Amino acid sequence: MSDKTMTTDEVVSRLHSGMTLGIGGWGSRRKPMALVRALLRSRITDLTVVSYGGPDVGLLAAAGRIRRLVTAFTTLDSIPLEPHYRAARERGAFELMEVDEAMFMWGLHAAANRLPFLPVRAGLGSDVMRVNPTLRTVTSPYADASSGVREELVAMPALRLDAALVHMNRADRLGNGQYLGPDPYFDDLFCEAADAAYVSCERVVDTAELTKEAAPQTLLLKRSSVTGVVETPNGAHFTSCAPDHGRDEPFQKLYATTPYAEFAARFLAGDEQAYQSAVRAWHKEQR
Amino acid sequence: MSPASTPAPGAPAAVVTRAEYCVIACAEAWRDNGEVLASPMGPVPSIGARLAKRTFSPDLLLTDGEAMLVGLDGTPEGWLPYRQHLTMVTGGRRHVMMGASQLDRFGNQNISCVGDWSRPTRQLLGVRGAPVNTLNNPTSYWVPRHSPRVFVERVDMVCGVGYDRAAAAGPSATRFHRIPRVVSDLGVFDFATPDHSMRLASLHPGVTVEQVREATGFGLSVPDEVPRTREPTPEELRLIREVIDPGGARDREVRS
Repeated sequence: MSDKTMTTDEVVSRLHSGMTLGIGGWGSRRKPMALVRALLRSRITDLTVVSYGGPDVGLLAAAGRIRRLVTAFTTLDSIPLEPHYRAARERGAFELMEVDEAMFMWGLHAAANRLPFLPVRAGLGSDVMRVNPTLRTVTSPYADASSGVREELVAMPALRLDAALVHMNRADRLGNGQYLGPDPYFDDLFCEAADAAYVSCERVVDTAELTKEAAPQTLLLKRSSVTGVVETPNGAHFTSCAPDHGRDEPFQKLYATTPYAEFAARFLAGDEQAYQSAVRAWHKEQR
Repeated sequence: MSPASTPAPGAPAAVVTRAEYCVIACAEAWRDNGEVLASPMGPVPSIGARLAKRTFSPDLLLTDGEAMLVGLDGTPEGWLPYRQHLTMVTGGRRHVMMGASQLDRFGNQNISCVGDWSRPTRQLLGVRGAPVNTLNNPTSYWVPRHSPRVFVERVDMVCGVGYDRAAAAGPSATRFHRIPRVVSDLGVFDFATPDHSMRLASLHPGVTVEQVREATGFGLSVPDEVPRTREPTPEELRLIREVIDPGGARDREVRS
């Protein structure tokens, strides 16, 4: 069995401009931020990003790397509206496929199950249909037993991904990924919907270590759907990664209130290690 | 729970605030809902949902805001990650009270953006789960500041589906569609009219019909006799003030 550990730069070397990239987590929760930062250090651009949006979307949008975004929302949770995303949208910086969060999930399910679409009720009657003129409906082949109605439903197309980036609490070298927080979000689906999935984690551990204290259902990702594993301690920063670390609220506030160029100059000019020390230095200044 | 239904001896009979009427009006949304998830969004609806659970709707389920179902004291009783939350929505075992940046006479709601969607003047949250919510489980709305900017003739982006749009979309859209009520800082509204347009259902004490009309950007249906939003019982007031919201979050959201 192969050792899939690699560095963030090795992950980025396997990505390229123009690809469709899924990013796991939810809002400002357990986002693969170290991988996003590595992407920002590269020249990769023209991306189609598929994400339950948080600061991953805000950063990539502010840096002009997104050609097209597929999302249901973009938020920082404790700060409801993502300011860098808002600014990019208001200057018309990228194309948007705005769908409902359930439609989004079924799009991932379809992709993971190699189906062209899955039927959903969500979307009917809403302007999701207006702003996505390529969305189609399907009529159920089965009549409702009582009403005789054959329902018309939205055919949510598969959200197939060239690559997925997710962040776990733990992983082994083979690619088995474990979450220890309250919600898996949709990270397993992102990996299964992608041709290649890259998992960053707080700590790479021996396989036997994974289930020593945690229940087996915390093993979210199977190695068969994982391409690469990167150890990035504090790699979800500044988003939450319970129980390893909470959201860095003061730093998130700084991010939300600082013009992107200024934020990037101070925090994103160097590598991940430089980022983490710049964050520590900033916290020290605040004391 | 103490049977106290009268103020403590010597306690001044404090005036019921507008925020407290709003709490009552929100709580009432979850009356007789049975064993469903109450999903309140915003401080006043959250206080209302907890009040309903403490009093007349004890079977309601509540979350901790993340993935746990919790009792009133915070004791976890279940696990509800997003993927299961969405099944609760599509299975109909939930009543959500969402916010609205814009809301029209048929209950179409917008939380996505203001202006032309292709290049909005103000980008907001995005459609989030409003389309799935409105077509699958009862969806009520909470508007802390009733104004013509929120209650508009036409919303810029239909996120939550209203009665007219659901009807036009056909039987799959109307099958489980229901908007039980809209609560604002001025009153309670419903859609119990022949064409399902919005109707003034009750005024919070201290508010006039004229005030509501002026703050609403479309012609509202107003019955000849408009009831008042009901008074909280002394025990409900005690629960709101001393148990559920001693910090006064309600008064920061709705000023008297």
